Amino acid sequence: MSEVTIKNDEVDIVIGAIQSDLTSFMEAWRPFFSNFHLIVVKDPELKEELKIPGGFNLHVYTKSDIDRVVGSSAGSISFSGYACRYFGYLVSRKKYIISVDDDCVPAKNSSGELIDPVSQHIINLSTPATPFFFNTLYDPYCEGADFVRGYPFSLRTGVECGLSCGLWLNLADFDAPTQALKPTLKNTRYVDAVLTVPARSMLPVSGINIAFNAELVGPALTPAFRLAKEGNLRWETVEDIWTGMCVKVICDHLRLGVKSGIPYVWRQERGNAIESLKKEWEGVKLMEDVVPFFQSLRLSETSVTAEDCVVEIAAAVKERLGSVNPKFVSAAATMVEWMKLWKRVRGQ
Amino acid sequence: MAASTPLLKDELDIVIPTIRNLDFLEMWRPFFQPYHLIIVQDGDPSKTIRVPEGFDYELYNRNDINKILGPKASCISFKDSACRCFGYMVSKKKYIFTIDDDCFVAKNPSGKDINALEQHIKNLLSPSSPFFFNTLYDPYREGADFVRGYPFSLREGVSTAVSHGLWLNIPDYDAPTQLVKPRERNTRYVDAVMTIPKGTLFPMCGMNLAFDRELIGPAMYFGLMGDGQPIGRYDDMWAGWCIKVICDHLGLGVKTGLPYIWHSKASNPFVNLKKEYKGIYWQEELIPFFQSVILPKDCTTVQKCYIEISKQVKAKLGKVDDYFIKLADAMVTWIEAWDELNPLGTTGRLLNGTTK
Repeated sequence: MSEVTIKNDEVDIVIGAIQSDLTSFMEAWRPFFSNFHLIVVKDPELKEELKIPGGFNLHVYTKSDIDRVVGSSAGSISFSGYACRYFGYLVSRKKYIISVDDDCVPAKNSSGELIDPVSQHIINLSTPATPFFFNTLYDPYCEGADFVRGYPFSLRTGVECGLSCGLWLNLADFDAPTQALKPTLKNTRYVDAVLTVPARSMLPVSGINIAFNAELVGPALTPAFRLAKEGNLRWETVEDIWTGMCVKVICDHLRLGVKSGIPYVWRQERGNAIESLKKEWEGVKLMEDVVPFFQSLRLSETSVTAEDCVVEIAAAVKERLGSVNPKFVSAAATMVEWMKLWKRVRGQ
Repeated sequence: MAASTPLLKDELDIVIPTIRNLDFLEMWRPFFQPYHLIIVQDGDPSKTIRVPEGFDYELYNRNDINKILGPKASCISFKDSACRCFGYMVSKKKYIFTIDDDCFVAKNPSGKDINALEQHIKNLLSPSSPFFFNTLYDPYREGADFVRGYPFSLREGVSTAVSHGLWLNIPDYDAPTQLVKPRERNTRYVDAVMTIPKGTLFPMCGMNLAFDRELIGPAMYFGLMGDGQPIGRYDDMWAGWCIKVICDHLGLGVKTGLPYIWHSKASNPFVNLKKEYKGIYWQEELIPFFQSVILPKDCTTVQKCYIEISKQVKAKLGKVDDYFIKLADAMVTWIEAWDELNPLGTTGRLLNGTTK
């Protein structure tokens, strides 16, 4: 079993700061973040000064940086709230990007040890994915596991992994109706596995604890889908769900993998599900409309990069979902704007 | 407070293929004793298999199989655990749990004995979610639910047809992997059950498996293996590909994950290699075949789906090897035998709903 070497200078940790006091957050993550470069992007709507402890190798971006880089060209793109982290993706120059929400701290595994999500995400991203056939012992590349009897040999080399979706202990990423109905439901179950989500299967991608190979899929993560009453609680957004569906379609098309499972983070309690319920309902309804669209979306042979795919998806969204709700028209337009911005800023 | 899982002792049969003895049942006694066992004795029919005291069982050896099925007995393998599917055919129950005779009770991480049968029942009695992947795995399990972004229209789920359990200690590796990693043991307890998404195939292992006979029984044919056949150790794989295609077509779910059993015996990898060798090559053709099988809309029952698959096997795999022509015929024989032994439907209920 070959050892995976993590080159620290290939990684950026991007934090969207939607709370101003990041002291306890950063201290909690110090053991795992201090060897890496961090990009902290302050929510442009946040009025207070950011409080960040010293001893980190980091770069902070605020509204003035966003305005300077983006200018007035990308009018439809909003970086407020959770979307601020996308600015971090835009300015990063690293191969691997890892993001966690600023209300998460390190979790413990079932042996009581603190989990390092950075190294686990890197392992997920730098070992192959296996989307074409399900391995019943989950990740075949991890220590102590392998492909089981009956797994075709031609599929054992796997494909590159584009996206790594981590999970959450304590406050799970349930939607507002579910959490409101079950206010005491916490996720206490540590499932010691990561697996490749099969090709053509859609999944809800949560932005709370996520990592991706920016070289492979970077442009595919777009801040395209905003709800009218979008707020600073995950219950009040679906931006990551929308982005995740696009990324999955793109990964399936480009024969890249999407993994889900470990690492876990510990998500702290914040907000009130019942209050958020009123705002998120719009998102829940809209998601019903998009599921059949994404499940049946097939991209053309000529789309060979993530950029090509984003542009093609935007056109398909406008054509097939535009009449369903104007939100989709703006999402499509934002995706196109984002691609232009991405190309300009990253000089591609 | 979770409701306790029903025992289903009058609705479930435990099917065990064996060639040696059933000593392993002693360890399972606390969990298996309430249930009826169907023992399928492979190999020499003149040998007597001792069943531990206190179990309610029926036992079939090769002579019994030949007597009951007559010429159709040709579809039941000899000298291979694939013969277990005879047990599925003669059962009159709604559910089947099948287990190998070298599988014992495992312990969970807190040291407690795992009641594998109870977990299989939980899996079968709760819905599956094949149309969209839930990142917190089985949403119907206590302590879990659907995550944000999971479409509400898909949360009712579908009926679960198959529950595929896993193994601690000796993992189910193929011969080449066993040869390269003879000492590898599965020590990782993954506390999850999940639905295998629609459109995705998987390697189904028959060592620790449960299914709803009414929903999928006729498709659980374990093929032609063993004596006189060019291949072995692909019986459960073959059944797994067939049932998955049919479940996907009929909108049924297949779950994998818990429960774990403790697999104690590693079979000889050189013997295994000889059995599997052709399968390793053939599966490169078989997988694309199964991935591209399309069942017509008028295949509305499991039997119709299965016959249709057998036609496509003959047409498309016959050129890979003559074995598949024989297998396709055996698949048809199996369905004929199934319908003959289950003339009133899978659980002997008259079509108007009353019981025989």
